[in-house]
Amino acid sequence: MKASNPLWKEKLAGQIAEPLSREIDTFETDIALRKQGKLDERLFAETRLRRGAYGQRYDNGQRSDGQKVQRLNFPSGELTKGPNTMWDAPGMQRIKIPGGGMNAAQLEVMAELAEEYSDGIAHVTTRQDFQLHYVNIDDTPALMRRLAAASITTREACGNSVRNVTACPYAGVCQDEAFDVTPYSRALAKFLLGHPDCQNFGRKFKPAFSGCAQHACGLTSLHDLGLIAAKRTNAATGREEQGFEMYVGGGLGAVPYQAKLFDSFVPPEELLPLAQAIARVFARLGEKKNRNRARIKFLIQDLGIEKFRELVLEERKILPFDPRWTEYIKEALAESEETPLKPSGELPSLIAIEGLNGNSEKFKKWLKHNTRPQHHPGYVTVTVALPLGDITANQLRSLADIVRRFTKETIRTTVEQNFAIRWVSKSDVRELFAALHAVGLGDPGAGALVDITSCPGTDTCKLGISSSRGLAAELRRRVSEKSFEQDEAVQNLHIKISGCFNSCGQHHVADLGFYGVSRKIAGFAVPHFQVVLGGEWSHNAASYGLPVVAIPSKSIPQVVTRLTDRYVAGRNSGETFKAFITRLGKAELKKMLEDLTKPPAGDRSYVSDWGDPREYTLGDMGVGECAGEVVSSVEFGLAAAERELFEAQLAHEAGQAQQAGKKAYQAMLNAAKALVELEYSDITNDPEQIVAEFRTRYFDTQKFFDPFAGGKFANYLFDAHSKAAQPYTSESSRYLMDEAQLFIDAAHSCYNRLGTLVSV
Amino acid sequence: MATIEVQHIGLQHINVKLLLKKEDAQAIDLDPVIPVFHSWIQQQVGDELLLDVADYRHVQAGPGIVLIGHEADYSLDNADNRLGVRYNRKAVLDGTNQGRLAQAARAALTACQRLQQDTRLDGKLNFNGQDIEIFINDRLLAPNTVATREALKPEFQAFADKLFGGSQYFLKFGSDSSSSESADPRRLLAVFLHAAHAFPAEDLMDNLKSASLSVEAARPTQTEARANG
Repeated sequence: MKASNPLWKEKLAGQIAEPLSREIDTFETDIALRKQGKLDERLFAETRLRRGAYGQRYDNGQRSDGQKVQRLNFPSGELTKGPNTMWDAPGMQRIKIPGGGMNAAQLEVMAELAEEYSDGIAHVTTRQDFQLHYVNIDDTPALMRRLAAASITTREACGNSVRNVTACPYAGVCQDEAFDVTPYSRALAKFLLGHPDCQNFGRKFKPAFSGCAQHACGLTSLHDLGLIAAKRTNAATGREEQGFEMYVGGGLGAVPYQAKLFDSFVPPEELLPLAQAIARVFARLGEKKNRNRARIKFLIQDLGIEKFRELVLEERKILPFDPRWTEYIKEALAESEETPLKPSGELPSLIAIEGLNGNSEKFKKWLKHNTRPQHHPGYVTVTVALPLGDITANQLRSLADIVRRFTKETIRTTVEQNFAIRWVSKSDVRELFAALHAVGLGDPGAGALVDITSCPGTDTCKLGISSSRGLAAELRRRVSEKSFEQDEAVQNLHIKISGCFNSCGQHHVADLGFYGVSRKIAGFAVPHFQVVLGGEWSHNAASYGLPVVAIPSKSIPQVVTRLTDRYVAGRNSGETFKAFITRLGKAELKKMLEDLTKPPAGDRSYVSDWGDPREYTLGDMGVGECAGEVVSSVEFGLAAAERELFEAQLAHEAGQAQQAGKKAYQAMLNAAKALVELEYSDITNDPEQIVAEFRTRYFDTQKFFDPFAGGKFANYLFDAHSKAAQPYTSESSRYLMDEAQLFIDAAHSCYNRLGTLVSV
Repeated sequence: MATIEVQHIGLQHINVKLLLKKEDAQAIDLDPVIPVFHSWIQQQVGDELLLDVADYRHVQAGPGIVLIGHEADYSLDNADNRLGVRYNRKAVLDGTNQGRLAQAARAALTACQRLQQDTRLDGKLNFNGQDIEIFINDRLLAPNTVATREALKPEFQAFADKLFGGSQYFLKFGSDSSSSESADPRRLLAVFLHAAHAFPAEDLMDNLKSASLSVEAARPTQTEARANG
């Protein structure tokens, strides 16, 4: 859609690492193939999802305007980018930020992209990613190239893949950590990105690291793979060793699961191979057809943790050795140490605070909530609180300037949708606050009641039931006016809101959690939120809250006031909110909120949601893409073969016979390899091995034989392979392209005959 | 390496922002703008496909309230703490630079007129008649460099001459007459126009008409022509 889209590839040539460059070229070809009708919409959907290009609300081409359902007549007509997903409909681009780590230049790129391809806002997610909304699919290759030039990838940000590897944003500077998990999280992220063993999952897979067990920053308990830094003394040598408590099978969703302990101490050199073995077992045994039971937590529940562990350890034993298991960790250890820009210092005196241009009170509050000491004397980590996780392009540029001024240009996103600036000299704190305040980023209350977490909800999510962001904005407005006058115990409570039961807003682990539901009252659909109370944020989200009652959206602010007032008035000495809720019990809590369950008679405002005056309807909900499309690795392999052949045809048209011939041959190899992988997952890219394995497994067994043509099409491959070293002429490459097409078609037929096509 | 010849920059993705009267900008509650924008979607006012409303009031100096469209977004934009009615052209247009500038200005002025006339806003939202910001939302086509500014200055002057009907005005690169933002190459290329006296929006529309800078001068590209529209 952008006029400059075709120019970015050339502009950034040489600035993008080859694997990323190739990956984006491939996606661009897939876009072209889809537009020509040569790529199935379901396959294209998973292709774009695995590159972080997500659907958004109304992308089925219709929207309720509050009076009627409007058809959205997009220019590309009926062209789709997935089942029931219109091509031109705005989408969301998710951008992976491993461990939340960024530098100043990357902040600037994010600013540019938010401005040029989105609506001027970048959104930080609860998994340390960025999201840009209202992005046109045609803009995504250029957007991805600009990110890749800044060493950021969107690969596997969505879809049935290994999602962003998150890590505690205070890793390396936290006073309570066992050790810095940063290099290990980076090594794992690098190792699993695009790994062949992670391409055949039935659902997503989310890893997380934490440096300690007691804080919430890593949220390992709610992840598919959770790793907590641990130390032990080696009995034989008496030396202290570093390792990880490894947990598996946690997850939120409609029914939240606590992760189970897999191993109390995994040494660093076993971290990557064990993760690989887990991925293999998940890919092999995980549910593929029933999307509601396809996360690894269900597999572990069905098998039991002991059996799951046994299978993983068996798999570990037979893994072919991979030098990257230790190399990546060594590299990351060498690269990831952060050091300060400025000498250590002392916090400003009260006199200096008083002199802060009339903002001294705000500064004091900010100092209390937004700074935390590091284990390095004289330094603090500063949290930049973002309202609802949103930041403007101009603010991102200012933040880049700020981190250049006060640190060695580094910053991290947090799971509370904020930023953490580490290694700030205490003597710079006052100036840093002033710089943040000047650009609207100096809000106090980070991690406090006012710092509300919310998923996108009905604003942009196809699954949203109620307006989580609308409610969050309203609560934030109300709470911010008085939160610092409230009781200390209330100030530090957490509010988290999800637009539906899928828990992207992490409502299960909040003191006051809410998730969207709907109810019909007097013939009208009324947006509601289910109230979930007493979840535990600390100890890596150790326990989940108690669903109490559904309340109309417009009455939720009263729920917050009523509960916090009751807590202040009725709590025992030292009693946490969770303990208070447990003591009150569901019956009492329900009774306490009962009168709020019905809207006031005749109040029509209740049939619309916060920030959205339209009459509420569930009609705008669509089919979510969180689960991705179940596309097997064979289908991806065959799609890669089609893509290669398409490129061969382009080369032939351009008069490049040699290139065309090579690509046609490669297309056949890709198709053959895809089939071989069904039986032999360790197949390499070596043509000799591919052809030999294909011959043994599919030709000699006649599995590949066409019912009418027999082994004819397989012979095309053998013939092409035997002549691969010969030069191609225009004529020979053209024949080869025809044969390659027939071979790929035969591979599809073979795959279908094998009955392994996964139905969705 | 792709090079854009600065002498022949084809302007696309033009943004035009009409700054509001200062007293309005300081006092206005943007809440009533949300139902107004929703009603524009209900009525599909204009010839662009309007899709949704995004509320960013919680962000300081942000995009405010945005009416998301396919070809363009409209917003009550508060970037740099300057509240204005902003038109952000997203889809590519054929035609000349002058035609495309006129298209964006016309769209912003039309939106502004609609807002000014909407009784739900109670006359509290008014263009100040003098201050207009133009942004080119594509850094590759129009990088914010001295060379681009020099190359494009005559283009913007020619447009401003027509827009203000030959009246006196002040033109400056950058989005504000007093800031140093124009020197920041990271920002979008921006032009600030300040007319010597205040113009009602309709007068500026008339000026564009009489200068033959009608919407026909800038058409959607073939691929952007709506399937059923």
